[in-house]
Amino acid sequence: MKASHLGRSAAVLAIGTLALTACGSDNATGNGSGSETGAAAGSVSGTLTGIGSSAQNAAMTAWQNGFQEANSGATVQYSPDGSGAGREAFVAGGADFAGSDAYLDDEEYEASKEVCGPEGAFHVPAYISPIAVAFNLPGVETVNMDGETIAQVFTGEIKTWNNPAIADQNPEADLPDTPITVVHRNDESGTTENFQEYLAAAAPEVWTEEVSGNWPSQWAAENNKGTAGVVQSTNATEGAITYADASAVGDLGTVAVGVGEEYVPYSSEAAAKAVEASTPVEGRAEYDMAMDLERDTTESGAYPIVLVSYEIFCPQYDSQETADLAKAFGSYMVSEEGQQTAADAAGSAPMSETLRTRAQEALDRITVAG
Amino acid sequence: MSTTLLRNQTSTPPTGGRRSRLTRNQRPAWLVPTIGIAAVVVGAAAAALVGFNVALWAVFSAVIFLVAAPVAVTAVEGRRKGADSLVTYLVYTAFILAVVPLVSVIWTVLANGLPGLNSNLLLTSMNGVTGATDNAAAAGETPVLGGAYHAIVGTVSITFWATLLSVPIGLLTAIYLVEYSRGGWLGRAITFFVDVMTGIPSIVAGLFAAALFGLLFGPSTRFGFVAAVALTVLMIPTVVKNTEEMLKIVPNELREAAYALGVRKWRTIVKVVIPTAISGIASGVTLAIARVIGETAPLLVTAGFATAINWNSFSGWMTTLPTFIYYQIMTPTSPTNPDPSAQRAWAAALILIIIVMLLNLVARLVAKAFAPKTAGR
Amino acid sequence: MSTTVTTKKSAAGGKAGDSVFSGLSLGAGVLILAVLAAVALFLFMQALPTFQAPAEDVSGGEGFFAYIWPLVIGTVIAAVIALAIATPIGVLVALYISHYAPARIAKPVAYVIDLLAAIPSVIYGAWGTTVLASSLVPLYGWLAENFGFIPIFSGPASQTGKTILTAGVVLAIMILPIITAMSREIFVQTPKLHEEAALALGATRWEMIRMTVLPFARPGIISSVMLALGRALGETMAVALVLSSGPLTASLLQSGNQTIAAEIALNFPEAYGLRLSELIAAGLVLFLITLVVNMIARAIITRYKEFSGAN
Repeated sequence: MKASHLGRSAAVLAIGTLALTACGSDNATGNGSGSETGAAAGSVSGTLTGIGSSAQNAAMTAWQNGFQEANSGATVQYSPDGSGAGREAFVAGGADFAGSDAYLDDEEYEASKEVCGPEGAFHVPAYISPIAVAFNLPGVETVNMDGETIAQVFTGEIKTWNNPAIADQNPEADLPDTPITVVHRNDESGTTENFQEYLAAAAPEVWTEEVSGNWPSQWAAENNKGTAGVVQSTNATEGAITYADASAVGDLGTVAVGVGEEYVPYSSEAAAKAVEASTPVEGRAEYDMAMDLERDTTESGAYPIVLVSYEIFCPQYDSQETADLAKAFGSYMVSEEGQQTAADAAGSAPMSETLRTRAQEALDRITVAG
Repeated sequence: MSTTLLRNQTSTPPTGGRRSRLTRNQRPAWLVPTIGIAAVVVGAAAAALVGFNVALWAVFSAVIFLVAAPVAVTAVEGRRKGADSLVTYLVYTAFILAVVPLVSVIWTVLANGLPGLNSNLLLTSMNGVTGATDNAAAAGETPVLGGAYHAIVGTVSITFWATLLSVPIGLLTAIYLVEYSRGGWLGRAITFFVDVMTGIPSIVAGLFAAALFGLLFGPSTRFGFVAAVALTVLMIPTVVKNTEEMLKIVPNELREAAYALGVRKWRTIVKVVIPTAISGIASGVTLAIARVIGETAPLLVTAGFATAINWNSFSGWMTTLPTFIYYQIMTPTSPTNPDPSAQRAWAAALILIIIVMLLNLVARLVAKAFAPKTAGR
Repeated sequence: MSTTVTTKKSAAGGKAGDSVFSGLSLGAGVLILAVLAAVALFLFMQALPTFQAPAEDVSGGEGFFAYIWPLVIGTVIAAVIALAIATPIGVLVALYISHYAPARIAKPVAYVIDLLAAIPSVIYGAWGTTVLASSLVPLYGWLAENFGFIPIFSGPASQTGKTILTAGVVLAIMILPIITAMSREIFVQTPKLHEEAALALGATRWEMIRMTVLPFARPGIISSVMLALGRALGETMAVALVLSSGPLTASLLQSGNQTIAAEIALNFPEAYGLRLSELIAAGLVLFLITLVVNMIARAIITRYKEFSGAN
């Protein structure tokens, strides 16, 4: 009784203080992070601005904080407006780096030469996340499906869970006759685009629509906004199936995807493996890491439905301060520590050793213009 | 008309037996409540026929009551009283209909928001909070850390500047429309285009402000004031339209009386017209603020996205409560454990509502201080 | 005595005050026109590439018109549903507050309704998906079963309840406070003398309202509805969250349809180049819809002008 009374007056006092004075604190975690410590003063300072993909937001938050803790004079700000908005701003010179779920197309690459010097911008695949095909069937945790079956489910050709096409691949599972409710994103997104790329490559006869970031209206089904939205809809509807960043699927069952002769469940290692088995994009700067994933790979243990999100940097910046900052922040992101921080915070798949080395080589070439 | 009615009444031979002439043709006090009870019972029966649930029961009962009660009143008291009672019951029904979803929304916000409303949320920013922090909180190792202080600061400063820009412009424009233009072509044009302005999608206003400041300060210039300009574009039509309507209904007699006393026009407006309409104007301004304080889309492209506190609207990125809520829901700080983010989002929504509540209160006090003592009811 | 004082004061205020004040208010009006012209110009410039692009490059591959018209219909459907629900209820609630409820209840109710305008649309969206949509599913099922022969109720009804009708209902709840707040302010300003005269002549309460309050308030009600319509047409987040969008369908009980504003909000973050220009062109179309609707409303208001107080 007394305690609750005290608590209430404390709350009133707190609100009063809030109203009267500007006493809010940036020290949210209580461990003295941020500029107050000054202990871990790094060599770089200034503000680095990034705009881009919202898929990266959780990882970027972790990177920002880790980097700022180590370099008290530096600030990194990132606005998760979306990949398209990020590339647009970056090419126009409105951001120091962009986060994007897709690499710059040829036109944008040409345009980037104006702000980045003759070599044009380069990509670093710092955020790799497997896309899980997740479903809500009580008691069933995993189902095997090959690419063609997944495509038939998502185009509405397979309507129930006990359809022979699914049952034949899962002899030991007990599949009910629940109707399948497909849930897809209603906003344009890199996740949708990567998923469709996989479907188009693995089942070209079934997935006949052109690949894009929007779900084709011909196969429109239930939909919701954002990763959180589709996961919520799937959780609420028995028999629903969706695709979402693996970190967000929670307790939903997931599909083990048919690759070659085996079925591969999603995992960080399997995703990293698929990324290594990719082909670089032609006609880019020497150290550029933009890549086309081989979705129809048959390599053992690779999980082909992967979202690779890039950080796009310039090889040349106008000021020494920005160049140093960009190099330092980029290096932190692709460092083992940085990748682990993102994996802990955002559930992404850490880059492989080889990829990290290549990324570091590319980042080392950042200089000041002139 | 009334005289005819009176004569009709007096000339009708008494039929009511014992009832006095004064209460004849009045419905007995038990009539409507009885119909009400009957409607509830019959409604339950009808709902049971279709497949019983509470909503259906309520709907059926309401429909039966809305039909039966006015018919009964018409039978006893005549058509005019019947119509009157129909409207009365409609008004009450509408009120209940409006209140149900509103209570549901408020309940949802309270139920989800109250658990998260603590000193952490009110007094700290999101600086230093990462997915790892939230994972620890979800595992029960720490309380939910990180808060919305930076977003409160952003909302207050950006809304302040937007109000400062749009209220004088909107108020003066409305004065021009009602007091000066009086149906001139310019006035008509302004009225018309202000109406059209209400149809600007909010994201377009944001893009416009971003493009404007992009021209002046270079691409992707983002700070609080840019957002304030975007919000101003959205706020102005609401302020103008509301103020215009409120000024229009100030009786002309007041103006004429002031002019007759030799008061100059501008003093008449400032001392007579505006104080008479101040309650409506204040409510309109609050409505306009409420309209923009919850905007998300235009802020995403104008104010940037910050996790730390920034008081300066003219430099550096800012976060407002709606963008904070939006991103906490859409891209949780920890994708694996979205619950702490959801908790912060709902609590932030509650804070936003409380801020508007306080603003509303202030507006009412202002209105009271300026309003003439006998205005309205 | 007070007369002399006032005269003195206003003489001190002088002619300068008058011209400064009228100049200022004229300036404000012109500024608004300038801002609007700038916005329109900006929209047009940004949208221009869409109209020049070859038809197969525009989303859908059949040109901008084929892309936009289902969105226009969807927008209109959502707005019509919202207004059809919110206008009568909003006006009746305003009447309840101004003329029916005892002051003790009326004040808090008015206050709560004002507050509702402040709830951010994200929250309405979240509420619409989690609470409203699922609770409407049985009703939709029932409607589809019993009234399925009417095209707008044809089944099978959506299993999630995320339909255009739900979106319309959410929009109605969102715009209700606008209509109610503004109508209420005008209702209470009805000249007392008129009301009392009507009552003294033996009018019932409804006849009094019909003969004095409504004619007096009609232009104001229309204005408030227009303002609400603007919000309903331009609302993005709530619709984006509530509606399970798709191609144009006549049935209100199935997922499908899309509004312009939601289309912009959902696709804008990932848009660049021509797609961005398309979305802005869609914004321009929304702008034009508002223009047309307002022209119609203006014509209606002019008919009732003679009742306005400031004639």
